[in-house]
Amino acid sequence: MRLINLDAGRFSPLLKILPFVILGLVYWIAADARHAVNPEDKLLPTFEAIGDAVKIMVMEPDELTGEPILYTDTVASLSRIAQGLGIAAVIGLVLGIIQGTLPLFRTLLSPFSAAVSLIPPIAILPILLVILGMEESAKVALIAIGVAPFLVRDTQQRSMELSEELLIKVQTLGASTWQIILRVVLPHVMPRLLDALRLSLGAAWLFLITAEAIASSEGLGYRIFLMRRYMEMDVILPYVAWITLLAFLMDWILAVIIRKAFPWYRKEKK
Amino acid sequence: MSYLQIRNVWKTYGENVILEKLNFTIEKGEFCTLIGPSGCGKSTFLRMLLGQDTPSKGTILLEGEPLASEPGSDRGVVFQKYTLFPHLKALENVMLGLEMERSPFLGKVFGSARRQIKEEAMEMLESVGLEQSALKYPSELSGGMQQRLSLAQALVKKPKILLLDEPFGALDPGSRADMQELVRGLWQRYGLTAFMVTHDVKEAFELGTRLLVFDKVRHDPHAPNAYGATLVNDIKLDKNKRKNKGEEHVNINETAIA
Repeated sequence: MRLINLDAGRFSPLLKILPFVILGLVYWIAADARHAVNPEDKLLPTFEAIGDAVKIMVMEPDELTGEPILYTDTVASLSRIAQGLGIAAVIGLVLGIIQGTLPLFRTLLSPFSAAVSLIPPIAILPILLVILGMEESAKVALIAIGVAPFLVRDTQQRSMELSEELLIKVQTLGASTWQIILRVVLPHVMPRLLDALRLSLGAAWLFLITAEAIASSEGLGYRIFLMRRYMEMDVILPYVAWITLLAFLMDWILAVIIRKAFPWYRKEKK
Repeated sequence: MSYLQIRNVWKTYGENVILEKLNFTIEKGEFCTLIGPSGCGKSTFLRMLLGQDTPSKGTILLEGEPLASEPGSDRGVVFQKYTLFPHLKALENVMLGLEMERSPFLGKVFGSARRQIKEEAMEMLESVGLEQSALKYPSELSGGMQQRLSLAQALVKKPKILLLDEPFGALDPGSRADMQELVRGLWQRYGLTAFMVTHDVKEAFELGTRLLVFDKVRHDPHAPNAYGATLVNDIKLDKNKRKNKGEEHVNINETAIA
């Protein structure tokens, strides 16, 4: 049988976890080998050492906050990324629809937002820090500024892909510009905006961790960069795994929202 | 006064003349079918009726008033391409036009007004034979059903004139025949004034009470775009004589080509 016609069938769950198992095994063997040579090795901590570190991160209250550090860091980071993405989504939705639907405003705003989207967001982080200080707003702003241009341009494209016939049709039904936006463009764009948001999760985490590494006193990114100074790989590795899991969960939650709230969307795509 | 008046309408794009010297009137309740070779400006003319495009010269009057230069609810339309709202179920697709009329800000109504609109829309769905599919999304409907829904959507607004742009062009012969039957029934039932562009000559004869043929009369081989198409044949088809249409068919077909 040709390879293109072969699927995993009932073995598919097994195949899905296989790469993860292999990665774990390789790590285990490598860590073991290093510890055989040097029991004090810090580069590849054993699973036991990682387990102990995780226990402290999760169970023991920090002297400063009274909460376990993983909890404090997670809450801080998630709130920043949620606010940043939320602001970016609102900007993307409003500007994207205006530019996509109203030719007059497209002429006015489109070249400007295209230019703005070319500014590397990290390059303006110093400006944000100067203006907004070391407080939360600078980090939230970096995520919002980093992600919004992509969402604006994507939403504009999505609004513009509505066919001319469909827009004529809705006008013959007596719709005003506002009604067209509310009842045709908005429903068309919403699930696609959430899809775009899923795609921008990677960038959002990148901006979050960068901002936290540079200017913060708590947060997942801050902790990783702090621990690097002490070579505490037994903290850094589980933090990276935890961030990955959080990103995965956010992506999954968005996918579920799209499926539940817009049941017609997948059908339409087929 | 005639219902729809086309007065010396020209359409040019730069040097290219698409349509020239169009002069005719359409009475209320007529079912006009428009045929002609491709590139003869059928669609351009329909676009002008829709308000998607404006004549370069001349005027089009509907009930004595010049047509608005953008599409409006006085002119309903069914395109060849399916134009349904994918996020709304069939019933909601029909309700949309009525809802927007009642609620300028939200474009959505609730409570007893909604029930009333729902009933009206349901009636419309029944008259196109889609009552069983009221709660389906457009993507779950076949091509023929989508065009029926599109018709219901346009008719529920009671347009002064219904414009049909090759509405059955994408359908298989079976559903095409069903649709023709349905459109004829709806035209009689609601006393519609309809204007249909088609390239199916048989369809044009069978459905219309009046057949318009567009073509170029003047031709300059050195400047193919110097002259536009115009109305070359205007044939009244008496609907009572439809039984004899077989014979009539052949004769008029020949004159149209000649």
